[in-house]
Amino acid sequence: MSDRIAFQLDGREVEALPEESIWDVARRHGVVIPHLCHSAGPDYRPDGNCRVCMVEIEGERVLAASCIRRPSHGMKVHTCSLRAESARAVVMELLLADQPPKATAHDPNSRLWRWAETMGVHSSRFPARKKVPCPDRSHPAMAVHLDACIHCGLCVRACREVQVNEVIGMARRGHHSKIVFDFDDPMGASTCVACGECVQACPTGALMPATVMDDSGLKVLEPDRKVESLCPYCGVGCQLTYELRGDKLLTVQGRDGPANRNRLCVKGRFGFDYVHHPHRLKKPLIRRPDAPKGPDLVVDPHRPWDHFREATWEEALNAAASGLKRIRDQHGPNALAGFGSAKGSNEEAYLFQKLVRCGFGSNNVDHCTRLCHASSVAALLEGIGSGAVTAPFAACAESDVIVVIGANPTVNHPVAATFIKNAVKRGATLIVIDPRGQALSRHARYHLRFRPGTDVPLLNALIHTIIAEDLYDPSYIDSHTEGYEDLRAKVAAFSPEAMAPLCGIEARVLREVARTYALSRASIIFWGMGISQHVHGTDNARCLIALALLTGQVGRPGAGLHPLRGQNNVQGASDAGLIPMVFPDYRPVGDPAARALHERLWGRTLDPTPGLTVVEIMHAALAGRVRGMYVQGENPAMSDPDLHHARAALAKLEHLVVQDLFLTETAFHADVVLPASAFPEKTGTFTNTDRRVQLGRQALEPPGDARQDWWIIQEVARRMGLDWHYQHPRDVFAEMRHSMVSLNGITWERLEREGAVTYPCDGEDQAGHELLFADGFPTRSGRARFVPADVLPPDELPDADYPMVLTTGRLLEHWHTGAMTRRATVLDAIEPGPIAHLHPSDLKRLGIEPGGRLSIETRRGAIQPRARADRDVPPGMVFVPFCFAESAANLLTNPALDPFGKIPEFKFCAARLTPCD
Amino acid sequence: MASATTAEPRMLSETIQEKIRAYFPRYPDKRAVCLPALHIVHEHFRCVPLQAMAEIAELLEIAPADVHDTMSFYGFFPQAPIGDVRVWICRSISCAIRGGDEMVDYACQKMRVAPGGTTIDGKLTVEFAECLGICDHAPAALADDGRIFGPLDKAGVDAMLNELQRGPKPAE
Ligand code: SF4
Ligand code: SF4
Ligand code: FES
Ligand code: FES
Repeated sequence: MSDRIAFQLDGREVEALPEESIWDVARRHGVVIPHLCHSAGPDYRPDGNCRVCMVEIEGERVLAASCIRRPSHGMKVHTCSLRAESARAVVMELLLADQPPKATAHDPNSRLWRWAETMGVHSSRFPARKKVPCPDRSHPAMAVHLDACIHCGLCVRACREVQVNEVIGMARRGHHSKIVFDFDDPMGASTCVACGECVQACPTGALMPATVMDDSGLKVLEPDRKVESLCPYCGVGCQLTYELRGDKLLTVQGRDGPANRNRLCVKGRFGFDYVHHPHRLKKPLIRRPDAPKGPDLVVDPHRPWDHFREATWEEALNAAASGLKRIRDQHGPNALAGFGSAKGSNEEAYLFQKLVRCGFGSNNVDHCTRLCHASSVAALLEGIGSGAVTAPFAACAESDVIVVIGANPTVNHPVAATFIKNAVKRGATLIVIDPRGQALSRHARYHLRFRPGTDVPLLNALIHTIIAEDLYDPSYIDSHTEGYEDLRAKVAAFSPEAMAPLCGIEARVLREVARTYALSRASIIFWGMGISQHVHGTDNARCLIALALLTGQVGRPGAGLHPLRGQNNVQGASDAGLIPMVFPDYRPVGDPAARALHERLWGRTLDPTPGLTVVEIMHAALAGRVRGMYVQGENPAMSDPDLHHARAALAKLEHLVVQDLFLTETAFHADVVLPASAFPEKTGTFTNTDRRVQLGRQALEPPGDARQDWWIIQEVARRMGLDWHYQHPRDVFAEMRHSMVSLNGITWERLEREGAVTYPCDGEDQAGHELLFADGFPTRSGRARFVPADVLPPDELPDADYPMVLTTGRLLEHWHTGAMTRRATVLDAIEPGPIAHLHPSDLKRLGIEPGGRLSIETRRGAIQPRARADRDVPPGMVFVPFCFAESAANLLTNPALDPFGKIPEFKFCAARLTPCD
Repeated sequence: MASATTAEPRMLSETIQEKIRAYFPRYPDKRAVCLPALHIVHEHFRCVPLQAMAEIAELLEIAPADVHDTMSFYGFFPQAPIGDVRVWICRSISCAIRGGDEMVDYACQKMRVAPGGTTIDGKLTVEFAECLGICDHAPAALADDGRIFGPLDKAGVDAMLNELQRGPKPAE
């Protein structure tokens, strides 16, 4: 305990931990010291600029700012001496001099005004400044009123050091210093990504969520209750607090969850009002007998009455179930299929797959993991015996080298990206490998912008270098792996010199990158859809696994393999068995022991043959082999490749039941539509990309007649002959614990208490294992397996007719197919309509102005989005986000599948671009 | 999000970019080249326009706000073009006690500009400055072509302004 520092605080003997300031120690002992420029939240460094936290230290001539001053042995600190208190009061008075008076304060409840109140300072004797800064209301999400700014610099630290978006600056100096965005641009025209961190940090009301302000810049809405829950969007799994007033969501604050440490991104913080959108389904709907079906059908969600009529729950549930039952009884279990959702809770996913397996009688159940990481999971299961990440993304805090490949985390996993950027600021080396440039590029030591589709040649060249230059870890290979000789033989032909012309990266750079990765103390690899969504997606992932195994860069702090999972619960939905080949916990349906366990648990005989995958189900539907479907919270009519085909398949179904929040493009073709509950309207567990099981709590009642998803699934199940009696998601969770070893040590009560527990976990009183595979792998031999990969070109290469490469993905503001985010006011305001990103040189060549319309055609379809100049897109490529229904990217994409993961090639096909007026 | 892609055509010519890049090897980090880059651009345009700042940020792979913070911290870099000649009149302590402030006021009045302003004919920009390091000339003035003036009185200011309005000193 020698590193503790003993000192006196207001006459009390106390001890400071290393790194603690006087203020920290005071807070720990319940001594309140005012503070403004200091944030007690994680990751904010003290700055000591406002001086409102001053304390008196015996024997020192001047007062000290307690937030930044470290105590020393024997120091005698007085926090509430007359001298300290009166000095602090004068500081407060000075600060108030320039403030709008409390009566017209932007936020009379701000930390500044609350401290003023506590200190008994109500006004100022000092003259106010002459020139008052003008309000800036240019941003749809945030209001800027710099007349309330005290230059505490918290927003600067928030933007630059915490989230590392580097938009906010403190311009000029002295008296003239001013908070600016970029070049003193209006916030709405700046490069601000609207993470809202600065708003959460601002103690004065100078930066506020715009939605609680009136036009004159006064805060008019205060929440009357708060509910701790989770973000509904991506796999990062940020914890947040919903702030409500009556039955309306007002604002969202980041919470100090293990994945996000108070941070959020624009979607999580500002993208919540989709739950109140007028398009919300509030009554069950039944298709009118005279309503046509067809692949090109578009239903206006404002006016569904041409195609649907309202129904009672009883009627709708009966119609839903009897249609499914009829098909099952007449055409056999394989004529039915179900799509569950990676957005729903673990309990919903579990119930849904149980319904398909027990009620439909087949394994035809899948979800959109098929469209994102199925290939990664296939490679991971085959290579290391587990489909999940080996380390949480926060592990990068301890990495020396961070590789981001085929991923754009600042857009798709924004909060995870902030931790990567923090690691780089700390000194880690970042290597980005992606044909497209991205916000992380500027933080990277290397950015390999290789030729699209040449992932395997590039990665094999890295592997080749590691072997040829003896950079591998022989003892790790010896004790933990098998198949090394095969790999060595395979990559012999892949020297960097031979691969350089193929992938377009100099051999020298390839060698340097291989060395950097292999020789570092700890290297971690993050990957995304750029790896997985290819016909060679599984091979791509195999190469990444081989890199890690060769060099022993796994199972140690800061080392690992981390496929960034896209949806908030794609990990959990997969774990819970929404996969056609496996029961919960990835136990193959063909495995007699697994089947026996589940037959006992569920009281039904189960089908030992794996079911069909997402794209296969669509083929089967078009071929008439699948006749009925139940789609819960998925939107294949937007997310599947080659949408004409997918929509034709949906239209051809005899019976389609869709359960969702909105009349989605999939629901256009439904026979029965069941109105479900949005994220803030339900309680359940969700598993983030780190294998962290977290509890989401209900904050709102579903609107109108909409119901909880688990309840709806149970009602359909009952009507199909299953005797289910769950009362609450917690009952479902309790049953899941009998099916899934991975939930060992994780009980509902524990989640209620702790909020988050990572699996695997050894016991209820133990923390979960964040880092896996320190010694050995969960494979039969206990060893990981090298699986060499061969070069397989993309399925459809550019040619004279279709000379460009089309690639697809997401935008920061729009999540997945846009069903939620495009109905969120702020997100819609920031990215309102369909766009395609092209290199400025291509725009010029094609004679298209930025903002002008262009036509993008492939062999499968055509769309007409607006052009956006983007130097991050390499010449010869066009990037199209897939969230815009009116110009759906997936009308164009190629449904060719990866042979192992059965994942379509969303990231590459040939396209033709022409201007259109 | 506003696109971070800077507009075409480029403001910084290949030569200017090369000049900036030539500084990279001198520092452990490209960020450190911000100030030299601002000087290079300033030398060329006699100001640092927004577009140039954006391109510097791109070249140095730093945030636009970083460039702006640095550039706006120093009074030296104007954003828009200024007069053919720029003159600073000192108002720091040595000069102040010998009438520096009055000289600033007098010069501005004569040229009909506010401090920092440029004459209508675009010939001269008059600014105040903190210590110019030529206190022995107090009250002193310095033109951006290196000419030194002072000790100034009103007559001295008149003479200085006359001389400066004839244009920059021809390069030797
Ligand atoms: S919202 Fe985020 S990105 Fe925008 S200025 Fe604030 S901290 Fe920076
Ligand atoms: S979308 Fe992802 S990163 Fe953004 S707040 Fe939600 S969970 Fe966090
Ligand atoms: S809170 Fe300590 S100086 Fe501002
Ligand atoms: S004080 Fe004026 S030049 Fe030094």
